[in-house]
Amino acid sequence: MIEIRNLRKAFNGKKILDGLNLDIEQSKITVIIGRSGEGKSVLIKHIIGLLKPDSGSIKLDGLDITTLKERELNEVRKRFGMLFQSGALFDSMNVADNVGFALKEHTGLQDDDIAKIVREKLTRVGLKGVERMATDELSGGMKKRVGLARAIVMDPEIVLFDEPTTGLDPIMSDSIADLVLDTQKALNTTYVLITHDIPFTYKIADKIAMLHEGKIIATGTVTEMKESTDPVVRQFLEGRAQGPITVY
Amino acid sequence: MFKDSLERLGLYAQAVINSIGLMMMMLISSAMLLLTPPIKVRNMFKQMEFVGIESLFVVILTGSFTGMVLALQSFNALKRFGAESMVGPTVALSMARELGPVLAGLMVTGRAGSAMATELGTMRVTEQIDALSTMGINPVKYLVVPRIVAGILMFPILTIITDFVGVIGGWFVGVKLLGINSGVYIGRTIDFVTIEDVATGLYKSLVFGLIMTLVACYNGFYTTGGAKGVGRAATTSVVTASVMILVSDYLLSTVLG
Ligand SMILES: Nc1ncnc2c1ncn2[C@@H]1O[C@H](COP(=O)(O)OP(=O)(O)OP(=O)(O)O)[C@@H](O)[C@H]1O
Ligand SMILES: [Mg+2]
Repeated sequence: MIEIRNLRKAFNGKKILDGLNLDIEQSKITVIIGRSGEGKSVLIKHIIGLLKPDSGSIKLDGLDITTLKERELNEVRKRFGMLFQSGALFDSMNVADNVGFALKEHTGLQDDDIAKIVREKLTRVGLKGVERMATDELSGGMKKRVGLARAIVMDPEIVLFDEPTTGLDPIMSDSIADLVLDTQKALNTTYVLITHDIPFTYKIADKIAMLHEGKIIATGTVTEMKESTDPVVRQFLEGRAQGPITVY
Repeated sequence: MFKDSLERLGLYAQAVINSIGLMMMMLISSAMLLLTPPIKVRNMFKQMEFVGIESLFVVILTGSFTGMVLALQSFNALKRFGAESMVGPTVALSMARELGPVLAGLMVTGRAGSAMATELGTMRVTEQIDALSTMGINPVKYLVVPRIVAGILMFPILTIITDFVGVIGGWFVGVKLLGINSGVYIGRTIDFVTIEDVATGLYKSLVFGLIMTLVACYNGFYTTGGAKGVGRAATTSVVTASVMILVSDYLLSTVLG
């Protein structure tokens, strides 16, 4: 259970998160939606302690991670897996070393066993025979999937995915949705996902939270959100340029 | 107008003090992390290869030509006093105490310092450093410590090599081209140059290795502003480290005698 209370963050005087509250339930799939530049990535980086808020708290099972020291934070982070929006693959390593990195650093597993797990996770995201490829030989969607495999390689309790399906074809998107649903069922994983992919959201979300102007303005199940009367939520889910949110 | 530039000077001073503080913090946490297991031996060897082995060619080239030109110039000067036999010691002393450590330091800074800053800077702006953190890996331990260790260990070795090829270059010019007796050249060199002279240069090179790697890692690690920022980090690293090497060379020469 992650409780985010009154989170505020400004960059150079510009308020990005402005008193944000959100509960993320254990073993559930929470999807955060919101317009580009609203601060979704900033929010998810706070959850794993990469950014420190100006004020507010983030409690993970009662422990406020915003006050932790680097060393304590590193322990907590071993419970997490994260996919960056940019992928953030290590460009000095090949695909297999990227995916197997955390295993190598944190477990005493033999290279053979690591290779086996790596192969299994890569297959899970629809990649085969790419182990020895350099990261710059991959297509955008392949990079994303290597990032996904890297994020789940340790079977983490909590997985943060920043736009897992951006750049993937619809079939692959759907198979990532299955991956999320399967692991959530099999391992009781808690998922926090950011996405603009509405069909993907509808397929997997236990709870949708909409970020708008620094706050979570609406939360609910897929059905609740679909039936929402909030004009901002409606406009976003229906993808209309006309409405309370203006493009300029 | 005046107030404006004063204000800017103030801000600049603040930024400099700020970055010195951060650099010191990086040094202190590196020192502490160095002693906490697990020790990243593989990363250290990789960096030692990068700083040391891959710099060999350039330091051999600079060292030998510097030794040669030193022999040539000191021969011309010493000939006026009839002291051509002192060419050997002049070359060796200059190399060991000053030019060996300083030239090796500056050359390696140009080569490896800019590359280090670029690599870490790229890792910063592409969120690879953040990715390390999210995996529970301390990025200073993983990235900075091995580089600083490599700098401190490899600079003295490169300095010895620079000294050595400089002396050989000097001998070649002095003996083979200018006609000084080889026995005299070598004998005089051995008479005048002590272990302390060589040691002085090596102490300096230790400090230079620390300066170069710390400055480059600091600038790379805290890069902001995309590709442009990475370029800026590389340039700043080379300029800052080079100036700091020259200034500290003077200070160390004063202290070490
Ligand atoms: N490190 C930073 N320094 C300064 N400003 C930042 C930083 N990170 C994010 N911002 C700003 O915060 C705002 C929100 O950025 P964020 O990346 O969270 O958006 P987002 O909701 O993830 O958008 P997208 O859907 O396009 O990924 C942007 O205006 C961005 O410029
Ligand atoms: Mg984003």
